Amino acid sequence: MKYLRFLIIIGYGAVATLPLLWVVLSSMKHRADTISLHAKVVPAPTAPADPASITFEATAEAWRDLAAVHAGAQASFWHYLANSIIIGVLSTIASLALGTACAYGFSRFRIPGSGDWLFFILSTRFLPPLAVVVPVLMMYRELDLQGTHAGLILLYTIFNLSLSVWLMKGFLDEIPRAFEEAALVDGYTRWQAFLRVVLPEARTGMAVTAVFCIISAWNEYGFAMTLNSSGAITVPAYFAGLQGNIDGMPWPQIAAGALVFVAPIIIFTICTRKNLLRGMTFGTIKQ
Amino acid sequence: MKDPVLRISNLQKSYGGRRVLDGVQFDVSAGEFTVVLGPTGAGKTTLLRTIAGLETPDAGNIIMNGADALSLPPAARDVALVFQNFSLYPGKTVRANLEFPLRAPERGLGESDIKDRVAKAASMLHIERLLDRPARQLSGGEMQRVAIGRAIVRRPSLFLMDEPLTNLDAKLREELRVELRELARGLGAPVLWVTHDPSEALSMADRIIVLIAGRILQIGAPENVYFAPASPEVARQLGSPPINLISAVASGDLWRCADGTPICNIKHPAPASALLGIRPEHIAPTGGESPATVEVVENMGPTRVVVARFGSVVLHLLTSRDFSARPGDIIFPRVDGGKIIVWSA
Repeated sequence: MKYLRFLIIIGYGAVATLPLLWVVLSSMKHRADTISLHAKVVPAPTAPADPASITFEATAEAWRDLAAVHAGAQASFWHYLANSIIIGVLSTIASLALGTACAYGFSRFRIPGSGDWLFFILSTRFLPPLAVVVPVLMMYRELDLQGTHAGLILLYTIFNLSLSVWLMKGFLDEIPRAFEEAALVDGYTRWQAFLRVVLPEARTGMAVTAVFCIISAWNEYGFAMTLNSSGAITVPAYFAGLQGNIDGMPWPQIAAGALVFVAPIIIFTICTRKNLLRGMTFGTIKQ
Repeated sequence: MKDPVLRISNLQKSYGGRRVLDGVQFDVSAGEFTVVLGPTGAGKTTLLRTIAGLETPDAGNIIMNGADALSLPPAARDVALVFQNFSLYPGKTVRANLEFPLRAPERGLGESDIKDRVAKAASMLHIERLLDRPARQLSGGEMQRVAIGRAIVRRPSLFLMDEPLTNLDAKLREELRVELRELARGLGAPVLWVTHDPSEALSMADRIIVLIAGRILQIGAPENVYFAPASPEVARQLGSPPINLISAVASGDLWRCADGTPICNIKHPAPASALLGIRPEHIAPTGGESPATVEVVENMGPTRVVVARFGSVVLHLLTSRDFSARPGDIIFPRVDGGKIIVWSA
C-alpha cells in the first residue's frame, strides 16, 4: 500500500514537472534545437551539435534576449511583464479589499435576503467569462477602456470578486464575533475594531484569497487578447502574439520568459501552501 | 437620594417572535454586587448585551448615571463586559490584552498612564508573572483572571460579567468566587453578574435578581430569595438538593398531600389547598408520624441526601452524615412546620 502510494505520487510528479523541465531545458537551447525534428533533450553548445567547438553561448543567450524586441511586438518581454504585474497586483488588491469588506457585511450584519444576495454573487461565476467577451468588448469600446490597464484591472477585479467574497466570508465566519464585540465595548468604533481586531485575525484567509485572485488574473488570456491591440498587453497575450511573426517563434526566449513569468506564482504558492490547504478544506469541518 | 448607576425600565426584546426579555426593570446602585440568576435561555446574556449596547431593545429605557444610554454606541457607555466564552485575543500577550482597552483612540491615555493601570490591575489579580506570555498558553483560570483584568484596567462605571466562572472547574470556581467578591468590594463600581449557578448567586450577591423566561420573578437579598421565594419557579432555582414542592390540602392545622398522607401541622391563614415548598434541610429523618421508604442515599461528604417515598410524593432530605439509612429502610420524616413556604393554589 505504502509503495503504491509512492508510485502514484512519483508518477504524478513526473507528469506534472516534465513540461516545466522541458521549458527549463528549452530556455538553454539554440533555437534550431528547440524545433529540430529529433528531440534534443540536453542543450548543446552549438547548433547543430559540433563536438569541435564547445561554447555555452546558447545557455545565456535566451535569457539575455529577453530584453530584445522581437518582430511583431512593440516592446521587450520586460515591458509586458511589467503590465502583468501592474494589472495582476492592482486587481488582486482591489478584489481582496472589496471582497473582504463585502464578506464582513454578510458575515456580521443581518442583511435582508442575504442568502439570495450571496447566491447572486456566486452566480456571476456560473458563466464562462469568455461567453460575455463580445458585450464586454462593445462596452469597453464605448467607454474607451480598450487597451488600458484600468480596463483589465476592472475586469479581473470583477471576475475575482465572487470568489473573494465567498472565501473571505468563510474565513470571517470563523472569527468569533466576541472578538469585535469586546473591542466595541472596550471603546473602539466598529471601523477601528475591524482594522485592529478582525483584519489581523483574517490574515490567513486574505493570503489564500490573494493567491487565488492573483493566479487567475496572472494567467488570464482570453480577455487580455481580445480587449487589447496595444497598451496593456500582458505576458500570455504577448507570447501568443509572437506567433506567425516574420522571424518565426523565438522559442528559447519564450521558454526563458515563461519561467520568469511563472516563478513568482510558484514561489508565492509554495510559501503559502499550508494556508492554501486550509483554504481549500475550510468549512468542511463544522466545529 | 443619588441617581442609581443603572436604571432599566420595561426592557423588551424578541428574536423572531420569541420573547427573550419581557418587561425587565430594575436599578443598580453604586457599589452594589447584583447577581442575575436564571436557567439557560432565560435572557441573561441578552440583558447584559443590551446594557452594553451590543443589542438594541425593542422597547424600554436604559439610563446610566442619569443619562439616556440607548442612543449611545457601546464604546460611549463606559461599561466593561466580561464574556462567558471569549476571554482574550489568543495571538496577543497578556500585557497587550490588558492594554488593548486602554489603547482605544478615543480614550487618549498616555503611555505611562497605561503602564500604571496595567501594573495595578496585574497586581490586584496576581498575574504579574503572566504578563509577557501569549494568551493562548494560559490555563482556563489564568485566562479568566486576565479577562477580568481587561475589565478592571478600564475603571468603568459598571462591570457586566456574563458567567465568567462557568467554564472553569469546580474547585477553581469556588476559589475565584471568594477572591472576586473581595476584589469587587474594593473596586467601588457596581457589578452586574450573571449566572445560572444558585450557589454562586447566594454566596456572592448583595442582591439577587431572578430572571426566568425573560421576566423578573423576584428581586431581593440572598436570604430573602432563598427563604421567602416569591413563587415556586424562584424556589426551584435556588438550593441543592432542590426544594420539595408538594400540593397539599389543609384540614384545620393539619396538612395532607393529595393521597391523604399527613405532612405537618402549621397555622396558616391560607386557603384549604396550597403548594408547599419545603427545603430538604428542613426535614428531619426521624420524629415524624407517617412512614416513608428510602429510595436513594447520596453521600455528599459532610452531608447525605436521602430520597424517600412519602405516600405519593418523593421527598428530598438533607441529613448529617451520622444518619445512616439504606434503600428500602423505613424512616419517619418530620417536617419543620415553621420553615415551610406556602403558595395558595
